Parts: sequence; structure tokens; C-alpha cells
Amino acid sequence: MLTQRLLLSDRGGMIVLGLVLLAMVLVPICNILVPESSSLHVSTFMVTLLGKFLCYALLALAVDLIWGYCGILSLGHGAFFALGGYAMGMYLMRQIGPRGQYGDPLLPDFMVFLNWKELPWYWQGFDMFWFAMLMVIVIPGLLAFIFGWLAFRSRVTGVYFSIITQALTYALLLAFFRNEMGFGGNNGLTDFKDILGFPIAANGTRISLFLASGFMLIIAYIACRYIVTSRMGKIIVSIRDAESRTRFCGYKVESYKLWLFVFSAVLAGIAGALYVPQVGIINPGEFSPLNSIELVVWVATGGRGTLFGAIVGAFTVNYGKTIFTSYSPETWLFALGALFVIVTLVLPKGLVGLFNRNKKAPVNTVTAEPATNTPETAKEPV
Amino acid sequence: MRKPMQLFGRWPVTLLIFLSICCSASLFAQEADTATDTEEVAPVAASTETSPAASAQSEFDSLVKALTQGSLPKRAQTAKKLAKLNDERIAPIFAALQQGTLYATKSEDPLVAIAGNANTFTDAISGEKISTNTDELKRVPINNTMRTQLRTLLAALNLNDKNAAVRLDAVNRMIADGVDDDIIVLLQERQKTEPDEDVRTAITAAVALMNLQSSDQQVRLDAIQILRGSLQQEVRTALLEIATNDADNKVKQQAQFALDSIEDRITAFRLTENIFFGLSLGSVLLLSAIGLAITFGVMGVINMAHGELMMIGAYVTWVVQQLFPNQIAYSLMIAIPAAFFVAGLVGIAIERGVIRFLYGRPLETLLATFGISLILQQAARSIFSPLNRAVELPEWMSGSLVINPVLSITYNRLYIFIFGLIVFFALLAILKKTSLGLKVRAVSQNRAMARAVGVRASWVDAMTFGLGSGIAGIAGVALSQLTNVGPNLGQAYLIDSFMVVVFGGVGNLWGTLVGAMGLGIINKFLEPYAGAVLAKVLVLVLLILFIQKRPKGIFPQKGRAAAD
Repeated sequence: MLTQRLLLSDRGGMIVLGLVLLAMVLVPICNILVPESSSLHVSTFMVTLLGKFLCYALLALAVDLIWGYCGILSLGHGAFFALGGYAMGMYLMRQIGPRGQYGDPLLPDFMVFLNWKELPWYWQGFDMFWFAMLMVIVIPGLLAFIFGWLAFRSRVTGVYFSIITQALTYALLLAFFRNEMGFGGNNGLTDFKDILGFPIAANGTRISLFLASGFMLIIAYIACRYIVTSRMGKIIVSIRDAESRTRFCGYKVESYKLWLFVFSAVLAGIAGALYVPQVGIINPGEFSPLNSIELVVWVATGGRGTLFGAIVGAFTVNYGKTIFTSYSPETWLFALGALFVIVTLVLPKGLVGLFNRNKKAPVNTVTAEPATNTPETAKEPV
Repeated sequence: MRKPMQLFGRWPVTLLIFLSICCSASLFAQEADTATDTEEVAPVAASTETSPAASAQSEFDSLVKALTQGSLPKRAQTAKKLAKLNDERIAPIFAALQQGTLYATKSEDPLVAIAGNANTFTDAISGEKISTNTDELKRVPINNTMRTQLRTLLAALNLNDKNAAVRLDAVNRMIADGVDDDIIVLLQERQKTEPDEDVRTAITAAVALMNLQSSDQQVRLDAIQILRGSLQQEVRTALLEIATNDADNKVKQQAQFALDSIEDRITAFRLTENIFFGLSLGSVLLLSAIGLAITFGVMGVINMAHGELMMIGAYVTWVVQQLFPNQIAYSLMIAIPAAFFVAGLVGIAIERGVIRFLYGRPLETLLATFGISLILQQAARSIFSPLNRAVELPEWMSGSLVINPVLSITYNRLYIFIFGLIVFFALLAILKKTSLGLKVRAVSQNRAMARAVGVRASWVDAMTFGLGSGIAGIAGVALSQLTNVGPNLGQAYLIDSFMVVVFGGVGNLWGTLVGAMGLGIINKFLEPYAGAVLAKVLVLVLLILFIQKRPKGIFPQKGRAAAD
């Protein structure tokens, strides 16, 4: 019954998840068992790249959940991603121990460099993996809770919400650039040595991280499916399509929005935490508003309001980015810019919409309201 | 249906002309002001053929030429002789020699030139611009002995200058450089004959500063009384020295009193300066937010490419300067209307090409215009290279207005402040008093009704968007005078301008004005305590909290237009 509800009714999702699972089986085999000379061999670089894409897909999923289903366009999800990443980075930093450049047993290199004498209080406890993982969830969640509570309570909606989330990530960007914050300033956290005792650059660790990202994506996907197919999911969609009407029906719109926002932020944080050990660095650049808005375009390209569309979008756009930037970095921004325009003008349903044209959309859209003066609430169909 | 269309067709043009005339007229007026100022400070070019007789003229010529050739002791003699001649051109030559900006060719009959900004040379004797043979000009050497000698000579020259401002400036510089016995003698002599009140006060201060070192207690006390009103850094240092180290307790105490009263005044001036800096930042925010107040506030279109329209304006300024490299002073007059047109046309193209398909879908508009901003940025990078370009500041905009030693205001910020207000009021007038403004407001309030009475709504949309974009271009011109021009120029101001519009209240121009100035001042007042970056973060956080309290800004729209 539950499988029927979560997976079987969702053909696109089944296909995408199947592909992810297939990759999770094939990639490690092709990396470890197939000899390097073979054309089927997958290099460690490729494994890391795919692992990175899986993290992006998870992040895109988080955005699709709130944007596609609840109509909340957050331009600050990169901030939650980066916060999760920083929490993981702090754990990895503490794992370096005395092996740093300056050999200080407790202080990370940049603190020694800044002449700090002792570890700041907020760095305490990050030497324990479980604590760091807790923080990966708690910090983005808490920020989302406070921010969302303030914003939704005073009914900041639509574009205004988008702009203040962008301001949020911009403010964090500026703050994390400061050396005094104690997060490594401009350079961020890097030079990681090992994670849970395993050397971070080793083949096996890379594959494990790739698999962990894949599992996390699948779990998160199922969790999101669970939410959107539940009764709560229906209310969320109705908030997207007619917020005032839902409110007048007696639903607490603010609490629904808030919890969905917090859940989405936590997903983004987890994605960040998986991302950092794979790329080996986290710096304030991750907070830049451009990153956050770029990830919105992944979702738009894939097709929002479908969940699996977000995964498709994240993979397509990032694969395109990898190709473009390796051939001619100049054209990438042109291509990305054009993508923004094309997706909004020509492909409002994204790539998924191309294949799904004649089939019933996965989420029932309410019948279009007559054109009124309420564009933000009324004209946001999938 | 036809008549309004025709009427409307003429409007945009009239409006553009009006706006550009406004801008240029104001700049001309400001330039006229400064022109007189600069003449007073640098009397190089003026009046060469009027007073001196032919013989004195040739003596002057030969002495100036001799000054640049031969051994140093000989040249020192020449300088003394030269100082005795009564000629206005001597002071700038001495000053140039002292600062190492005097150049000459090596020959029997050398060409003597004073170097100006950016490799321009002026003939020291005729005052004409030198364009040929600048490569042969060599810097005239000077040593420390001669520098000291020149300083006294120059001081004497300047003290006897006809212009009171030059004399005052000379005395102030003497105080700053420290006063020695030679100069004190000069000053005391001058004090007896000096007609100007301000100059006399300054001389008194200089003498008093010297007297602080006197061995007589009463002389020192008197000097302290005199120095009480002075704001100069050197006076404060000297007084502090006395207040801590003087042998006599009474003198110490008096010096401390004097210091305290000076500090109080300085605090007051610092406050004024901070407010001005705040207003200056506010005017930059205002310029960048005004255009947004139109496209976002009136039309409800989220234009993420707004910053790039500003960037276009800044690049237009740069290009205009490249086209007229010798007319830096006037290139702004061309750049302002040109930037308005170019940015306006790009804006109209964006509106016609993309935005009009997305009305009523604000989130999509946001994404599409963001894509456009990426394309424009990359285009700028491809065309102009990713490096920053420096726009040269016209002379009348560089330098600063020195009110007193503590408080000085740079001209470029002052003009941008005035310029921001002019643009603001011009726009306000357009929206309130013209028929285009009427139509804009009508369409934004009730589109269907406006169409029903014959307003071409889509035309109005395009023109409104063009107007907002054009103003962004003008803001870019102003910004290019403050920072370097680069592809990322606009990005830095985008979020700030959105903040200003949201803070002030969407759809309300006055709110934008108050919001911009308020944010500017808050920012500058937080800066000393929190540092520039943290101040910005704090302002953002405060703003987010403010929006919680008043989601519609300081001046929310009332009535039917407010419903969304």
C-alpha cells in the first residue's frame, strides 16, 4: 500500500531512482574491478564528480520540495547547503589534529596563523563525528526555523521572500569572509586528511562517499514523496495555488510552510555535508547568491513540482557545466543565462515536461482560477 | 484611439531630452562654480602679458631658465634673485621644483615645464600646454638644502600674494610643516600689515604655536588661550605635549582645558562628516534604487538585470571618454544622455523580448532576468575584458572642499549627492506632472480600465521599463566616478537597491528617497563600531527584522492599489 503510494504511482521517479541505483552498482564495479586500460573503467575523478552531482541532486530535491509544491522560491538555499558543509568541514578540520602545517594538536592552521590561543567555544565538540552530524542537521534547521518563523508569520510571500532569502545568504557570505568569525575567512576550510579514520583521498573512501550520497538521495526522495503524497502534501499544494483560500478554510498556513521549509533546509544541509569531503574544501564562495539562484535553475530545467525532475535537472545542468567549462569557460555563462530565459519562456515544465506532455501530471493541479489581481498566488501552476 | 497614440509617441522623446537637459544644465552650473575656485589656487595660466615691462619679462625668462641648469649653489642664488621679482608665475614654479614636478630640457636655452596630471606638461613661462617633445624633458634635480631654502622663499612669496585664500593656505601649510625662526620673522612682519581677518587669525595661531615652546610661563599661557579655537592636528599634538610634559602645573591644566574644548568641537564635526558620508552613500543607493523603484515599484517587475543596466551606463561613460580623450571635463555631459539612451534601449529590448511574456508570474520574471544579467555580464567580459577600467575623473570633480582641518568633503561625492537629488525630482515630476506619468500610474493601478479608456498598455509598459532602465544607466555614470568600471559593478548594488525599495515601501518614490538616505546613514554610523563588512551584515539583519514589523516598508501604499 505504502509502496504503491510512494513509488509505483510515480513512473518518472521509478525510472530516475532506478538509474541512480544502477549507477550505484555499476560505478564501484567499473572503478575497482575493471582494469584501467579498459574503456569501461570509471576513473576516481569521475566517481567524485558523480558523487558531487548526487549531492547537487539532493540539494535540488530540497528546493523542488518547497518551490515546486509550496510555491516558496528560496534564493538562499545555498546558505543551508554551505552551513551543512561548514559543520562537516569543522569535523574534518578537527580530524587533522597535529598533522597540520603548524603542528598544533588542537588549533586548525588558520587559527595558529591568526595567533589565536585557544579554540573558540563553537568549535568544541566537532571532534566527535556524531556531534558534527547532529550539527549538520541542527544548524541549517535552526536557521531555517528562525528565519522562516519570522518571515512566514509576517506573511512575507512571493518575490519578497525570495529577495530576503537572497539577502540572508549574502549577509552570511559577507560574515564568513571575515577572519574574525573563526571559519577560516576567505580561504575557508581545507587540507582535510581523513574522515572516520579513512584517508579522504583514497579510492575506497571516495566510493563510499559516492554510495552514501546515492543512498541519502534515495532516502530523501522517498521521504519527500511521503510528504507530498500525504494529507499534508495536499494542503501544501493548496497553499501554493490559493494561499488565502487555504487559510480561510482553517489551516495554519504558516506552520505548514515553516515545517516544510525547515525540512528542506535540513536536506540542503545534509547535501552540503556530503559534498564537502568529496570536493575537499568549503569556503564562503558557497554562500554566494549566484550559487543559490543557479540551483533554482537546475530545478526549473528539470521540471519543478515533480521531485524527480529536480534530480534530472541537477544532473543535466551540471554535466553541461562540466563540459562547457572544460571546452570554453567563456561560453558557460552565456549558456547558463540563455538557459534561464529559455526555461522560463519556452519550457515552463522543464525537461520532464517534454516527455510527460500527454500524461497526467504527477500532482493534481487545481483548476486554474480566473485571472485576478493576485498573480503571486493564482498563477503558479506546475 | 488614434489621438492618444500620437500624443504618446511624442512623449518619450520630449522626456528624454528634458531629463538630459536637466542633468547637463546642473553639471554646467557646478562647473562654473569650480572654475573660479581653481583659478584662485593655481594662477599659472592667467595674465602673462599685462603688467611687467619687457626688460623685467626677459629677466624673468632668463632666471627661470638658469634655475634649471648648472650647479646647485648657483641655482640657489638664482632662486633668491627670482624671488625678488614680482611675478605671479614664480610661486607655482617654486612649488613644482620643490615637489619634483618641474621638468626642463638640457640645453643653453631650455624649455621649462610643469608636469600636471597624467603626463600633461605646461610651459612654465608662457603657460601654454606642451604637446611636442615631452620625451626630452628631464626632471630638474633638487637637494634638501635647496628644498629648505625654497620653502622659506615660497612662504614669503605666498604670504605676500594678492589673494587672501592663497595667503591663508600658505599659513596653514606652515603650521602643518612646523614653524622655524626664519618663518616666524616673516609671519610677524606680515601680521602687522595683513588686511584679511582669517589670515590674521591663522598667523596668530602660527605665532602662538611657536610661543608654546617659550620659556616664559605667561607667554605659554597666552599662547594656549589663543590656540583654544584651532582645530589643526599639529596644534593638538603640541597642546597634548604641553598638557603631559610641561613643568608648570597651571600651564598643564590650561592646556588640558584647551584640548578638551577642541576635542568637543572635533566630535561635533566628525558627526557632521559621518552624516555627510551617510548621505553620500545614500545618494549612491538612491541613484541605483530609483530605476528599480520604477520597474519593481511601479510595474511590479523583478528585474535582476538592473545592476547590469548600471554596468552598461558605466561602460558608456568609459567609451565616451575613450572617444574624446581630450575633453574629459565635458565627456560627462555626453555620457549622461548617452548612458540613458543605451541603457534605456537595452531595457526596452529586454521588456519586449522577455518580460512581456511573463507578466503576472513574478518568480519566472526573476529567473529570466537573472539569466539576462548573466548574459550581459559575460558580454561585458568578452567585449571589454574582465579587467576593471578606470574612468578618469574630470578636474572639477576631483579634490575636496575643505571646510576646516577636520571636516572636508570630496567634490565627486558632493556632486553625486546633488545629482542624485536632481534625478529623483526629475523622475518625480515625470510621474506626477506628465501625461506619460499619468498613463504609467493608470496602467499600474488598473490595467484593464486603463486599456478600456484607450491607453496602449503594452506601449506604456515598454516605455516605463525603458525609463527605469535609462535611469539605471545614469546611475552607472555616477558610479563610474566613484569606483572602477568592471563587469561586476552592478551586482554589488543589486541587493542593496532591492533593500532600499523594499525598505522604503514598494511603489512609493518618497519612500525610496528616505529609505536610501536612512540606510546610507545607518550604514556609516555602524561602520566605526563594527567595521565595514559587519556593518553591512548588521544592516541586512536589521532590515530583515524591519520587514517583519512592517512588511510593506516605511511608507506603505494605501487604498486599492495596495492589495496584491
